[in-house]
Formats: sequence, C-alpha cells, structure tokens
Amino acid sequence: MSSSMPANSLEHAPEFTVQHRQSAPDLAPGLLGGMLRAEPPPVEEPMGFFTDSSICIGCKACEVACKQWNALPSDGMFWSGKSYDNTLHLSGTTWRHVTFTEQALPDGGVKWLFNSDVCKHCTAAPCQEACPTGALIYNEFGNVYVQQDVCNGCGYCVSACPFGVIGRSDIGDGRAHKCTLCYDRQKDGLEPACAKSCPTDSIRFGPVSELKELARARVEELHAKGETNAYLYGADDSGDYQSLNAFFLLTEEPEAYNLPPAPTRPVAQMLRRYAWSAAVGLGLTAVGALALARGGD
Amino acid sequence: MPSLGASVGRGAATSTQEDLQFSDCILIMGSNMAEAHPVGFRFPMKAREKGAKLIHVDPRFSRTSACATTYVPIRAGSDIVYLGGLINQVLTQERWFREYVLAYTNATTLITDQYVDAEDDASGLFSGFDPATGAYDPATSNWEYAGAQGSASATAESKQGVEQQDDQPPRDPTLQHPSCVLNILRRHYARYTPAMVAEQCGCTEAQLLDVAEQLMSNSGRERTSAIVYALGWTQHTTGVQMIRAAAILQLLLGNMGRPGGGIMAMRGHASIQGSSDIPTLYNLLPGYLPQPDTRRDHGTLHTYIAQEQVKEGVWGSFPAFIISMLKAWYGDAATPQNDWGFDWLPRLTADHSELQTFLDMAAGNVKGYFLIGQNPAAGGPNAGLSREALRKLDWLVVRDFFPIESATFWKEGPGNPDPAAIGTEVFFMPAANSIEKAGSFTNTERVLQWHEKAVNPPGDVRSDLWFIWNLGRKLKALYAESTAEPDQGLHHMTWDYAHDGHAILPDGTPDTVADEPDPDKVLREINGYTVADGQQLQAYTQLQDDGSTASGCWIYCGVYPEPERNRARDRNGEIEKHVHLNWGWSWPDNRRLLYNRASADPEGNPWSERKRYVWWDAEQQMWTGLDTPDFEKAKPPTYRPEPNAQGMAAISGDSPFILKPDGKGWLFAPSGIKDGPLPTHYEPVESPVRNTLYRQQTNPAARAPVQPMNAFAPAEDPDFPIVGTTFRVTEHYLSGPMSRFDSWLNELQPAMFVELSPELAGERGVTHGDWIVVSSRRGSIEARAMVTPRIRPLHIQDRVVHQVGVPIHFGWAGEVAGSAANDLTSIVMDPNVSMHEGKVFTCQVRKGRLSEPSDTPSVPVVRRPQAAPMPETSPQAQPEGIKA
Repeated sequence: MSSSMPANSLEHAPEFTVQHRQSAPDLAPGLLGGMLRAEPPPVEEPMGFFTDSSICIGCKACEVACKQWNALPSDGMFWSGKSYDNTLHLSGTTWRHVTFTEQALPDGGVKWLFNSDVCKHCTAAPCQEACPTGALIYNEFGNVYVQQDVCNGCGYCVSACPFGVIGRSDIGDGRAHKCTLCYDRQKDGLEPACAKSCPTDSIRFGPVSELKELARARVEELHAKGETNAYLYGADDSGDYQSLNAFFLLTEEPEAYNLPPAPTRPVAQMLRRYAWSAAVGLGLTAVGALALARGGD
Repeated sequence: MPSLGASVGRGAATSTQEDLQFSDCILIMGSNMAEAHPVGFRFPMKAREKGAKLIHVDPRFSRTSACATTYVPIRAGSDIVYLGGLINQVLTQERWFREYVLAYTNATTLITDQYVDAEDDASGLFSGFDPATGAYDPATSNWEYAGAQGSASATAESKQGVEQQDDQPPRDPTLQHPSCVLNILRRHYARYTPAMVAEQCGCTEAQLLDVAEQLMSNSGRERTSAIVYALGWTQHTTGVQMIRAAAILQLLLGNMGRPGGGIMAMRGHASIQGSSDIPTLYNLLPGYLPQPDTRRDHGTLHTYIAQEQVKEGVWGSFPAFIISMLKAWYGDAATPQNDWGFDWLPRLTADHSELQTFLDMAAGNVKGYFLIGQNPAAGGPNAGLSREALRKLDWLVVRDFFPIESATFWKEGPGNPDPAAIGTEVFFMPAANSIEKAGSFTNTERVLQWHEKAVNPPGDVRSDLWFIWNLGRKLKALYAESTAEPDQGLHHMTWDYAHDGHAILPDGTPDTVADEPDPDKVLREINGYTVADGQQLQAYTQLQDDGSTASGCWIYCGVYPEPERNRARDRNGEIEKHVHLNWGWSWPDNRRLLYNRASADPEGNPWSERKRYVWWDAEQQMWTGLDTPDFEKAKPPTYRPEPNAQGMAAISGDSPFILKPDGKGWLFAPSGIKDGPLPTHYEPVESPVRNTLYRQQTNPAARAPVQPMNAFAPAEDPDFPIVGTTFRVTEHYLSGPMSRFDSWLNELQPAMFVELSPELAGERGVTHGDWIVVSSRRGSIEARAMVTPRIRPLHIQDRVVHQVGVPIHFGWAGEVAGSAANDLTSIVMDPNVSMHEGKVFTCQVRKGRLSEPSDTPSVPVVRRPQAAPMPETSPQAQPEGIKA
C-alpha cells in the first residue's frame, strides 16, 4: 500500500514514524512500538457488497471460500433439518451464510429462496458505536473492522448489532469476530474471497456508489420483466437506520431471508432515552423533595 | 456415450457450457446442474437473465428447479415417455425445422421393408430380438437402410418420388413413402400423446404442452434451444435411449451444430471426458477405437480393420488411426511384418465391464484389483454386494487421499466384518491431488486444460502417473528376459517418460519427488509425431497408415503441435468473444461446437444473422466464422461425391455429420445401438407400475443378474411401492471420499437424510427430522427424514405413486458418517454400456432406526486447517494477479 500512497501524505507524518519503520529491529520490542501511532492510510472510496438474491443458486461457495481464505473453523456437525441450511446464522466463525427458505405455494408448487447473508458494513454501525475499547473502527475502505489486538471480548457489539452478525468465537481468543470484507485482499487489490468464488456473480464487490447504480438498474430490469416484487434492502436510509455498504436485492419480505424489516440503532434512541431518564429523575427528585417538604411540616 | 455417437457421430457433448448463454431456451432434464455443476450453471443463469426460458424436468424440486422459469415433476424413469411426448408434439403440430431436417438428417432415407417397429403390434420389441440370448441379432434385425448390403429390399425404386443415386441408400424427399424414416418416426411416437405422458409421468398434459411450445417457439432460423443432461439420464437401463430421444428432438428442431443449441452432456467427475477419450473403459482403445475381441473377427489387423472401418467419412482413416496408435505404443518394434504389434494388444474374451467384474469377483473369480479414485464399497451400485466381492479378493490396491470405505471394508462398515475371516490383503497408497501434480484435465466440453504442480506432495504421497509409470518400469524389468510371446507387448512398450534434468515448481523450488515422470512427454506422445524425424503433428488429418506417423490418441492430435507449444496451457480468455479458441484446446482440431457446418444452411449461408456462427465464404472459397469449422475447410457446399467415393470424399458439401457414413444426423439409428433404432419406453427393472405403452415391461436387452445379494422386486410389488431415486448435493462429492474428510464441507451437510413428501410422511407417521429406515430388496439404510413440499406425490395410472430422494454421499468413513444410498441400489446392466440403474429402484419407508447406528464417524473432526501458521500468499502469487 505504501508504494501507491500519494507522496504528499507522508509530508505530515512525524519523522520518527519513518525512522521507526527503518530501525524497528533496534528498538526494544514493546517499549515504543505500542505507543507510536502511524499515520492512518488515506481514505479510499467506500467499498462494499451488492448481493443479488435473484441469481443466487444456493451453492454456498461463498461460505466455504470465506472460511478457507480467513482460516475459520467449522461450526460443528449439526444437522438442523432447516432445509439445506445447517450453519443457520452468521457468527464469529461464519462470516458468509446462505439462507434457504422453502415456501409451499397454494397451487401445490414450491418456491425455494436463497440469499447469501453477510456483515452489512453499516455506514453508522451500532457495533462500532457500542465498542468501548476502540477496537471497532472504520478502515480506509469505509468498512467496519475489528482490530483483533485491541478487542477485549466484552461483547457489547454482539448485543448492539440488529442483524446478529458479529459474534465471539467459542474456540481460541474469545474476541469478537466478523467479516473483514477481506481487508487483506483489498489491500492487495483483490476482491473478497466470497465475491471471487460466486459462480453467478450474485455477490458483487466494488465502490458502493457504483454498486448502488448497478443495483437500481437491476431492480428496474426485473420490474420490466414483470418481477415487480424485486426491491433493494439497505441501499437507502430507512427510519433511524442509515444505508448499508453491503446491501441486498430481495424478492420477498426481509423476514423470509432472516433479515429485520426495520433495524434499529441503539445510539439513535439514546438522546430520547437519556431525556426520559433525566425527566423521570427530575420528576422523582421533585416528588421526593415535595414529600420531604410535606413531611417536614 | 454411444447414444450421441450413434445419433450425430461423436460420443461427446456437442456444445460448450459457455455457449448455453446464447440459448433462447434450455431444457435441463436428467441433470441437477445448479447443484452438481454450479460453476457451469452461471451460463444457463446468464441466458435466463437475457430472457431465455430455463426449464427443469425432474422427479425432485432441486436448486436447479428453484432457478428455472418452468419446473415439471415427473416420475423417475419415465423420461422417454416425456421426451416421446415432445417429439410427438413437434411432429403432429408440424413444427419441425423442415429445411434442416430434409438436408441434414436421415428423415428421407428408406429403411428395409423387413424392419418391424416396436409399435407395429405394441409388443415393444423390434425385429431381430432373440429371446434365447436376450439380445438383438444384427444379422436378422433389418434395421438397415433399404438397399444396404444384405438388405432384401429392392422395391423402393419403383415407388414414385423415390430417388436413388449410385451407391447411396434410396431417399424419398417428398416424405410419402411409408418406410422413410420420418414416417416410421411418426408411427413410433403416435401414442406418446399428452394424455399418455400425464398417465405415465405424473405431470399434467398442460405441463407437456407448455414445455413443447417453449421449445418449438424457441427453435428455427432465428432461435435455438439447448438440452442439458447428466447422470440422471445415463444411470438407467434405458439411459442411452433417453439421450437418443433428446438427439432426435434436437435434430427435428434443427438445433444441432448451432450456437445456443445442441446437447450438453454434463459429465460426473473431473476429466471423465478425458477418461472416455483415453479410456479407462474396458472395451475401447484411445480415440474410440474398439478393443480387439476374440468374439469378433479380430484375428489379424487386416480383419480387425475390415470389420471396424467405416469407409465413408472421418472413420475412412481408421487404419491410419490404429496403426499410428500402435507405432506410439510399440515404437520401432511395430513393423509391417508383425502387423505393427497388433497381436500384442490384449483381447476381450467376454463382458469385462466394471459391474460384471464385480459379479465375477463376488463369485470368487477375480484375484486382484486396483482402485484408483474409485470407492465401490460405498459408491458402487449394490454397495453391499460390492463389499462382499472385495472381501473375496486376494489383494487390492487402493489409491486415494484418505482411508475411504473401499480401503477399510475389511474391518468397518455395516455388519461389523471380522478381519480374521477376510483374506483380502489391502495396500493403501496415498494419492497426490491436482495441485500436487502436473497434467491435463479434459473437461465436459472436450477442452484440455493443463495444470501445473504447485507444491510437492507430503510424505509418501505420489501422483497416479508416478505410480503407473514406476509400476510399468518394474514390470518391464521383471519380464526383460522373457521370450514368451504374450510378454513381448510389455517388453516393447515405449515407456520413456523420465524427466530430462529436474522439474522446477512455479515458485522456483525443485520438485523433490524421485522418479516423477514428465507428463509433458506423455502429452507429446498422445499428440503424435513423425517417426522419421520426431516432428510434432498438427492435425489428425496428417496421420498415415504406413507407420510413418505415431499418435497415442488420434482425436488429441493437434494439442501439442510444436516442440514447445502445449496448447492445453493456452490461457487467453478473450472474454468479449463468443468462442474462446485460445483458452485450452478442444478435440478435435480445436473445434468448440461440433457439427457446426449445420449452423449454416445447405448453401452455406447463416440460417439467420442472429444465429450466424460458421459459414461459407464464397470469395475466399472456404468455411469461416467464429469457431474452427467442423468440416473440410475448402469443401464447397455444392460438392457432391463421386460414385463409390471413400473417406471424406464421400461426404457431400451439405452433410454436417462427418463421422456418419451418410453425413446425416440419425433420427433413426440403423446401427450402433443394441436395444433398438428408436427410443422406446420401458419401465425400470424395478417399478411400481405397469408399462401401459407396450406389452414388454422392461428393456428386453438389459441384464438383471439375480443372485441372493442382488434380488429384485417384481413390478407392482406391494411390499416396495415407493420409487427411490438417488441424487447429489453441492456440498459433497460422489460417495464422499474427497468431501467427508473436510470439515468446511461437512458442516454444511453433516448427516445422511432422505427427502420425502409431507403426504408420504403422514401415511407413515413420520415427522420432519425423525429417523427413518428405507429398504429395498437388497438392503436397508437409516437416515433423517427431510419432509419437504419439494417432493410431491404423483398421480400415475389413477393412483398415487410416492417418490423419495436419497443422496449418494454417505458411508462410514470420514468426519461425518451415514448410511450409503447404494446399499439400496442393484447391479443391472443396460445393453449398450453396462450401466446400472441407480436413478430408480423401488423401496419401502418406515419410522425408526437400524440396530447398528450408521452415524459414527471413523475419524475425529478437524475444525480448522492444521497447517499452522497459515502461509502468507504474496499478492504476486495470487492467481488473479494484483490491481494495477
């Protein structure tokens, strides 16, 4: 990355950062290393996923490619009986998950819906807002990223995520893990493993602005073909939830794909809740004071 | 693949997966392409997104059905009724492509008057059937063209409208003659009406008519339809005829040899097309040359050629193909005096097909066996019998990645075998995988693609090529002193594949495997060279019958045309182009769509601008277009052969099917098929219903060897009323030898299950997720009940027939274990290729478990890769490169 970094970005970098890089082996390990902060990489165009469920064939290549690239363990051998879905949900060790929904139709026919779920890389991410240690950050690609060396495994992010994406791994470090949007591959100019492996290009990776254009054109195309139930999930702000950098094209209600119809951000409720708390506190104080005043009479 | 061979000339898919994106309508039948070939399925999906119809006809609603625009459920094994129904609609609605059919098929050709069709008395038997042998006798079958040698028919010429030129069979271009092929076809399929289809297949009449209309309205000058099939057609006693029926349909609709048309055969394994071309089949030599047989007149090379050569068309060069092969095999020892070593070729003495060999093995008549990438103890039909057969061997060599069922059958598995009672000595030899060895794959569309060895295999793991080459060297050394005549073939066999110097891996490190042969040399010999000066050959047309050329497999001639040019290595995608001629190399002669001469009309012009592909350039006086023409480049459309012409000179300029002696696509197959010239519906060997089309219930020429371990349920057996069909899921591979040891795949499908309808579950008191036992006359398995509306009961002949779907992926070896589906299936053999009928059998279902649990894994689960730390892959080493 440093080779492609614009020259002027180093102008403001402290001299010792460069010195540090060059003479790192001479320094006592851990003494200065933990204290020095390198200049963050320059901000790039936000990158994301557009997952088009209408051309997903349910092959789960994305799940396997993700686990292979990121060296994630299997979640155990559990036959769920829930159609062909035996990993059931996203977790600290499953970062792509294909949902299978069987719907019996009134005419005796059947519909089988597939969709590859993933971290939404929210533009205002509750997990990031909840993180007390600063482990969860936005990286230069606009992706929500867990810094594994900072995470202390408190789990606030787990309860904050309205999509049930992030989880703590039950083997190993006990820290929070989720999709990195293949940060390491992006650094090398490669698309994430899941998008690379998708045989039908149901998973598209690219600059979010381009993906949104593509997705809107795709919806129009499907509408023109008579598939008027196609819509985008998460491409736009909705309620107090801002748009997602990993959004979806769906053809049924979000619940059919195990997605919340109206996700909420705990932080967005905070001001109101603080106000209520304050009001109630004031009220109680007033009531208490009144009671004391009366009692004093 | 004799069905495609008999119909259009070559036993291979006629088109490519990429070409499916140019289809206007794709019929997928006998294939679960989305699950079994998910990567190739991107092309049908692309076609669908461009507006094409995507039709799936299948007993089970699978992931393919979910992606289709039309899904039709049918009873497993009723495919020929459904296809016959489609043919019937094309003929009765007169929607066949008239100009194409008249010019490019044998529709107008007359068949002998003595020919008796299966339809003539509704017996279901064609002329020539001998009940004593259970086979059709070619000498008395009278399936030939009128006027052919040995045919008694000479009356045709007297009829009005009939033409006969010189040595050509008589034709009736007016289609009036009752013995012309099209009229025989009309009579044969007259009773395959929508009502009959509904009664036999269990779909509605509308579900036939709708699909017929979609196919017919998407075929013709401006549009093309394709058909995709796989093991769902081949694994039947009538499988060859199902594919034949598809070929007839595509010829009638004018879709063969055209972009977006043809028949895409999806093969079941990596490089299984390659192992047909350079065959692991018992009865073929490389390039589809027949193995010499003591039961035929194959005593000398001369009589062998006289029996097997077809004088007209490409096969006119048969002597050059076999003699060049013998020169490649025996080198300088092959001389005109010793018939080029023809006597050294092993002879067939009987049916040595895989299934017959297992029956012989079970009878104690086979001493030793090699299993290389094969797992009959779980994946073979009637796996219980296969295990018993393996236990009768003296020795067995298993080459595989893991200790699979076929390597552990002596100590594990159903019935808990007692090792002390089993005399088989098993040698397990760990095999290298594709990244641990170099070589070529020939994929389902005949494209050879080279892969490099990326890493050295660990420990004693070795490539199959290493094993075979070193075994050959040891055997040659053992027999070096022998003067016995039978040993001379081994003695003279060319075996010079040692590496010159040392192989270097792509990362610059040396290959550390001692005695690893050079696969490049093997491919160079397969390609062929001139004997005198060792120059690589460029095309099979250069092969000679005088011993001056050597070629290990004539159809692969051209893959290695220059000393340093292995075209299987070509990787120019040219993604913008319709055809990718510089990505790998396809046989023959890098032609991607076979019979593509048919993409132009008889005069050589494209049928339409929209479907232009290969055409005659009158100015240049040559065939040109997007692909390599599958035709003599300079032969004008107006060319007509001289009387008694031979070889390619006998093929007229408007005959695209250059491997057929008449150059025509065979609607009616006068030869090449052993169970009838026209596809005819027979019930599977086990069926809960009667054949209401014919008196003959099952394929009369199929063999169902009855023995205590291979018993069969009779038709309409009340004890086994349910149709069972086997299937694959994406997450596992075959019987699981490559997948059940991989926890990333196992977590996705961790347990054996059986799919059944809510109606059947209700009748049996089964709840979704319960354990159930499925039984056939051969055995019982246990599985979790997957109760799903994707399986539906069918109404067949006024009653309800239930079907269950049984995945084939389980066995006792691996991280996840379960009953093997093949404990239910039987050993039966279709007459053409000795194929079993794993796709349909009868069974019974009950709630409960077997006495021994089947789900105990043989190895512990490895939850994450153990190679720690994971090696860092530099961006430069990424196959897709790095962003500029």
